[in-house]
Amino acid sequence: MTPLIEYRGIARRFTTRRGTVTACENVDLTVNQGEFLAIVGPSGCGKSTLLNMAAGLLQPSAGAVFYRGAPVLEPNTRVGYMTQRDTLLPWRSVEDNVALGLELRGQERATRLRTAHDWLHRMGLKGFETAYPAQLSGGMRRRVSMARTLAYEPETILMDEPFGALDAQLRLVMHDELLKLWTATQTTMVFVTHDLTEAITLADRVAVFSARPGRIRAIETVDLPRPRDVFRIRFDPQFGALHDKLWGYLEESVRSSAMVA
Amino acid sequence: MDTAIAVKPAPRIGHDVVASARAEWFAIVAWRVGIVVVGLSLWEAVSGTLVKPFWISSPSAIWAQLLAWYDSGDLWMHIEVTMTETVLGFVFGALSGIGVGLTLGLNKRLAAVLDPFIIAFYSLPKIALAPLFILWFGVGLLSKVVLATFVVFFLVFYNTYAGTLAVEQELVDVLRLMGATRWQIVRKAILPSVLLWIFTGMKISVPYALIGAVVGEMMASNRGLGYLIQASAGQYDTAGVFAALFVLTIIATGLHEILKQSEKSVLRWKEDSV
Repeated sequence: MTPLIEYRGIARRFTTRRGTVTACENVDLTVNQGEFLAIVGPSGCGKSTLLNMAAGLLQPSAGAVFYRGAPVLEPNTRVGYMTQRDTLLPWRSVEDNVALGLELRGQERATRLRTAHDWLHRMGLKGFETAYPAQLSGGMRRRVSMARTLAYEPETILMDEPFGALDAQLRLVMHDELLKLWTATQTTMVFVTHDLTEAITLADRVAVFSARPGRIRAIETVDLPRPRDVFRIRFDPQFGALHDKLWGYLEESVRSSAMVA
Repeated sequence: MDTAIAVKPAPRIGHDVVASARAEWFAIVAWRVGIVVVGLSLWEAVSGTLVKPFWISSPSAIWAQLLAWYDSGDLWMHIEVTMTETVLGFVFGALSGIGVGLTLGLNKRLAAVLDPFIIAFYSLPKIALAPLFILWFGVGLLSKVVLATFVVFFLVFYNTYAGTLAVEQELVDVLRLMGATRWQIVRKAILPSVLLWIFTGMKISVPYALIGAVVGEMMASNRGLGYLIQASAGQYDTAGVFAALFVLTIIATGLHEILKQSEKSVLRWKEDSV
């Protein structure tokens, strides 16, 4: 498999008033083309930092990030990035937000709105096309963000806890949609979450991070067959075994960060 | 996050709710009318009994003065002069303020160089420039327009500039990652986000445009509402002063209302601005 994103010897430090904080260090990680990689770790372990670097919005303090073999030194227009924070344009209706990527490429309004409506429909947001983001709930806005990221079909998609605000049932529905889409397009996915079950359900490989400073504790391949039934897969014994194993890596970090908090 | 209201429900309000809302509104209007009637009656009663009319005139005398000006055609002439100065000053000031504010907001280098000069000019009470403008541009319309323009320019400029600095970097990043050109970022993220600030600047500058025009007229002119106030006061005509102030109040309120309506239609997306 071809490496698409490579993190080589990455460290990132932030200077705050209280001194220097190391978000992550000694990170060596490769994301292969067409792969679904999940990054799991306790909060504050630098998961978002890694995504920001792949997007070219942040430079590492040490090491380098490569995309298709070239160092990422400026905003990486090949990736679609769904950040943790809500970044919908508040003055645009839902449909115009979703069509934004296509609009920037100069696609005609009627065509791009058709694509936008299709995505909104798939996200269960039919009937909200002309609403403004301020009129939607937090969970609905997340789904609009997701539709916006997917609608212009970037080569790679970075997602930072995209479903954190959704209720458990809706989350499963979104997992199902996401996997269908991924199977159909073979888009490379880097998916950050703190939910181990979510990571195993979706990913080809799961990278487990330690608490701050974030380091890779383990990378495991998820050998569950595809297509996966997201609603039932957690009851699979193989799933349970893998969950146990990964939880072993995660537990220690989670306990220690819980102590700090 | 999910606790936010999903979508405003369709207006399916029962008749009793509509009726009680209307009753509430009538009550408010009734109170307002009551305050005006009581206030004017007290004024009328006090004038000539407790206080000499020379100081506070009286509503009836002010009304008579307004009618006299109206009959002679002077009222419209003065209003027209002041309004022309105000509107021209507002338009020129707002346009140049938006233009310069955006230019500096998008050119950080230029803004850094000019910063101390901007602060110095901004801190200066603009009205203090009136004598200079009258000296340069004469006692006619031009000096007042220039003064009003100057006052409005700084308010709109400063708000526009501050608005460009307050644009959320995350929104800009979203567009950059989508491959937006510099111009697309300006048009689709920066301008809409600054629009709210521009409107705020314009809204607060409307009364100042009027102040610029009126102060200019009071210093040197032979027409306009400012002149009317000055001339009436010079002749110890208190009713005349109040009558001119009354007209000014109405004009200022009207201008504010027009701007509020246009803001509502442009900033439809912003729920709280309504």
